[in-house]
Amino acid sequence: MAKTHVTTSINGEPQEFLCEPGDTLLDVLRNDLNMTGTKEGCGSGDCGACSVTLNGRLVCSCLVLGVEVEGAEVGTIEGVSSGDGLHVIQEKFLEHAALQCGICTPGIIVSTKALLEENPNPTEEEARYYLAGNLCRCTGYDKIIRAVMDSAETLRGGA
Amino acid sequence: MVSVVYEAPDSIDGAISLLANADVPAKVLAGGTDLIIQTNGSADVSRLFVDVKKIAGMLDANLSAEGLDLGPSMSCAEFTAREDIKKVFPGLVEAAYLIGSTQVQGRASIGGNLCNSSPAADTIPALLVNGAQCVIAGPGGERSVAAEDFMTGVGRNCMEKGELLKTIHLPTPAANTSDAYLRFIPRTEMDIAVAGAGVSLTLDDSGTCIAAKVAIGAVAPTALLVSAAADALIGTKLDDDALQAAADAASAASSPISDRRGTAGYRKQIVGVLVKRAAKIAATRAKGN
Repeated sequence: MAKTHVTTSINGEPQEFLCEPGDTLLDVLRNDLNMTGTKEGCGSGDCGACSVTLNGRLVCSCLVLGVEVEGAEVGTIEGVSSGDGLHVIQEKFLEHAALQCGICTPGIIVSTKALLEENPNPTEEEARYYLAGNLCRCTGYDKIIRAVMDSAETLRGGA
Repeated sequence: MVSVVYEAPDSIDGAISLLANADVPAKVLAGGTDLIIQTNGSADVSRLFVDVKKIAGMLDANLSAEGLDLGPSMSCAEFTAREDIKKVFPGLVEAAYLIGSTQVQGRASIGGNLCNSSPAADTIPALLVNGAQCVIAGPGGERSVAAEDFMTGVGRNCMEKGELLKTIHLPTPAANTSDAYLRFIPRTEMDIAVAGAGVSLTLDDSGTCIAAKVAIGAVAPTALLVSAAADALIGTKLDDDALQAAADAASAASSPISDRRGTAGYRKQIVGVLVKRAAKIAATRAKGN
């Protein structure tokens, strides 16, 4: 079957790719564009490891078709930090040791960034609800939530 | 491996033509949160996906004096962010907010929830109590179907080949009317309803209920409007006896199954409890309107 040509924007950069109509955005990112920061966990929208933003909304890239991002703006973990250094959220995840195996971490960082853009001052409960679609099987979430809350405080300028 | 043909028409007529003339199973692609998973699990077959999100109006919601005209593919994230809609239909907004995770809400839509026609769909009871009409476009023109007549069974609905859900219309509620939706799940987030209940109430100045609708979900092959439960509330001040009578009527109307989320007996009981609690919330909201 003929591949479809897709023109899109990823992390603010114009991007073109060819994909099968049934390929997910996750397949395209990892296999065609070599952007392997986005992880595949469940492949069914339950775990959030493949979280990206699509036109500013947080989504699971395993539940988006590559062909659907024609003309869209996609944001991935590779675009969280704008310069050479780490984003505050990434620094806080290191500082709080908010990861063990690390498979869930890119998705949680993308989701945390989306959370803090929507709500710069979340309560712990709001943060936990917002991130409920990001599963971590190692940490028990405590350190993740501490990193998220510390990131929020730092980004608000209160640290 | 499933072979997918993808089309993204920019008009209703274009979508109908694709759906009507497809020689392989044709599926409407809105948010994809059900469709893409269902397709991943399929055997080696061909599918036509008709992405309807490029059609004007599909992603919009327009609140006017006539009511709410909802583009069926608008994501739950966009929908729940609409404060104007939340004021008028708080129960429908809270139902949309319960679907899946933040990520799923970024794609999943109320039209998709309706067309997937799961017995446990959270938004359907909230649509039923608000008198939603489903405007369906097809090769023969448009027709309008009441939401309670839309579902015909587990995962089945009245849509024929070539038809497309064009708009969901909710009439403007009467004065002093509000709604609420509650569901029970065994954990705090990210699960499918064991039972759900939607209630819409209209109160007069004395606090007497003068109109009511009660709908239950996940306790029958389709979500159901329970007129006996509504009748138990109408003419009362929503005292404990009236609420219990509504709960009993909802339990009696249910015909749940037992599965890993709960037994039939448990579901029957809990759906009544949800009706009582949702009625109290709707009444508090109606007093504020």
